[in-house]
Amino acid sequence: MLGNKRKSVVIQTEGLSFTFGNQQVVKSVSLRVPAGSIFGFLGPNGAGKTTTIKLLLNLLHADSGSIHIFGQEIKANRIAVLGQIGSLIEQPAIYAHMTGRENLRNRALLLQLPHSRVEEMLALVHLKTAADKKAGRYSLGMKQRLGIALALLSDPQLLILDEPTNGLDPNGIIEIRQLLMKLVHEHGKTVFISSHLLGEIDKMATHVGIINNGEMLFQGSLEELEAMSKPLVQIEVGGNAAEAAAAITSKGHTVADVEQDTLFVDYLSKEQMGEINTLLNQKGYVVYSITKVQKDLENLFLDITQKAGA
Amino acid sequence: MKGFILSFKSEFYKSRKTLGFWAAILLPLLIVLLVFFGFWAHPDKTANLPGVILWMAYAGAISNVMGILLLPMYIIFIAYSVNSIEHKADTWKTLFSLPISKWSVYTAKYLYALFLVFLALLLFYLFTLGSGNLLAMINPKFKFHDYNINVFLGEEYLKLFLASLGILSIQFLLSLVWSDFLKPMGIGFIGTIAGIILVSTKNDYDYLLPYAHPLMALGSLIKHNNAPVIGIPVLEVDLFTKEIYVSLIVGAAIYIIGFFIVQKKSVK
Repeated sequence: MLGNKRKSVVIQTEGLSFTFGNQQVVKSVSLRVPAGSIFGFLGPNGAGKTTTIKLLLNLLHADSGSIHIFGQEIKANRIAVLGQIGSLIEQPAIYAHMTGRENLRNRALLLQLPHSRVEEMLALVHLKTAADKKAGRYSLGMKQRLGIALALLSDPQLLILDEPTNGLDPNGIIEIRQLLMKLVHEHGKTVFISSHLLGEIDKMATHVGIINNGEMLFQGSLEELEAMSKPLVQIEVGGNAAEAAAAITSKGHTVADVEQDTLFVDYLSKEQMGEINTLLNQKGYVVYSITKVQKDLENLFLDITQKAGA
Repeated sequence: MKGFILSFKSEFYKSRKTLGFWAAILLPLLIVLLVFFGFWAHPDKTANLPGVILWMAYAGAISNVMGILLLPMYIIFIAYSVNSIEHKADTWKTLFSLPISKWSVYTAKYLYALFLVFLALLLFYLFTLGSGNLLAMINPKFKFHDYNINVFLGEEYLKLFLASLGILSIQFLLSLVWSDFLKPMGIGFIGTIAGIILVSTKNDYDYLLPYAHPLMALGSLIKHNNAPVIGIPVLEVDLFTKEIYVSLIVGAAIYIIGFFIVQKKSVK
């Protein structure tokens, strides 16, 4: 049972801490990334995301805490663990004097992979036509795609990507998103992806971890994150919205916000929504729409990170 | 071991289109060509000299330029160039997140730099011999064929190579730690100048400074004593003089220290 549980967690850290000089940038982070998930690792710039990723790849050595990847302790099994990971850290590391194809071939040489794999990757990230151009002349988006191709080259079980959509245009972002979802759903891979924009990953992530000032503020499935936000009743009314709000408040409901002709009231039940509707009609306000809404994730993310910052 | 071989191959693959690699071929070619044309254009000055003196003049013209200033400068450049490939591309983090031991990555890089120094010196040796013999064929007044310098010259370049190891290790470590060219270049240049001063003033402790070793290696070659014919020196190489031991010890020690630095180093 325990072994089974272990297997289903791909990245597991306990009390991970790291200090740069006298500044603690990672504070007792305990990550749990389930197998087959797309784990969105979120936080504002400078929150400790890249440092955490470098700890996971054994590039930095933690002051305290432990890291297990695929159930193996990283320091004792460095090579075995790294053999199953493909990574892209910060801006892609590319040899500018070599072509895109040569960059991939050099990596293929190091990892003992056939040239055919290089061609597959070039096709996958749409760099076939630019394959023989010097990588130094690539646009930022092309470099990013080459970086992703390098990460995918060895067909790793776990992909660790640090802000991989940096510099990509909207089409590029959609392509990468579809590619990652395909890798997870069709090939059973696990993706750990960091971003400072929730909007960029909420369409694909199955799990989310939110970090700020080196501390994990939230970790769980996307549904759990959504459940954290209190639902609201959104009411679009004709006439003076402020007066309508006063009328609702006088009946004991809590108005959370008023925007032009739209009111937000804390949601309690369906019956409550009916009551409000009736009340407004009786008072002579026209109700154009009345629906239950969830606070959007972007605001929730801001709430969580700002609350901790305050 | 496999990781080391793969890393070494990768070093060649990465550098084969850079000046760092081509310098190992172009530097000997260029200097030998210059000396070759110098002799060829003015045969009167050196033609008809006895074979051994002619070879000394010819090979000496090439190796003296090397030993005094060019070899240390070339080593500084090579040590910089194999490391700067990674600094420039910001690829240390990728190299150290591959499933290859850090020992392999570091040693492959170090030995590749060593290989480039060896290659340059080997080509100096071959080009010197080849061009001398060519000169004798073009103009029979050059009596290169009267004396066989192959073994002596081979040992001389081998000694220069051994004398390079201390400098190479120091410069390799400096270029590994610092990403810019100026710091290792500046330190290397000061070291080289200090070496020239120490050797030229016959300081008792000159053998302790690695930057002085190539110059000292060249200085100890020619023995005029015990010459059977007066005025014709005996050419022999005393390969393992004390500066060579110092060079080997410094080279090995700094290579090992560098490895521990790489092990501990956090990749930012």
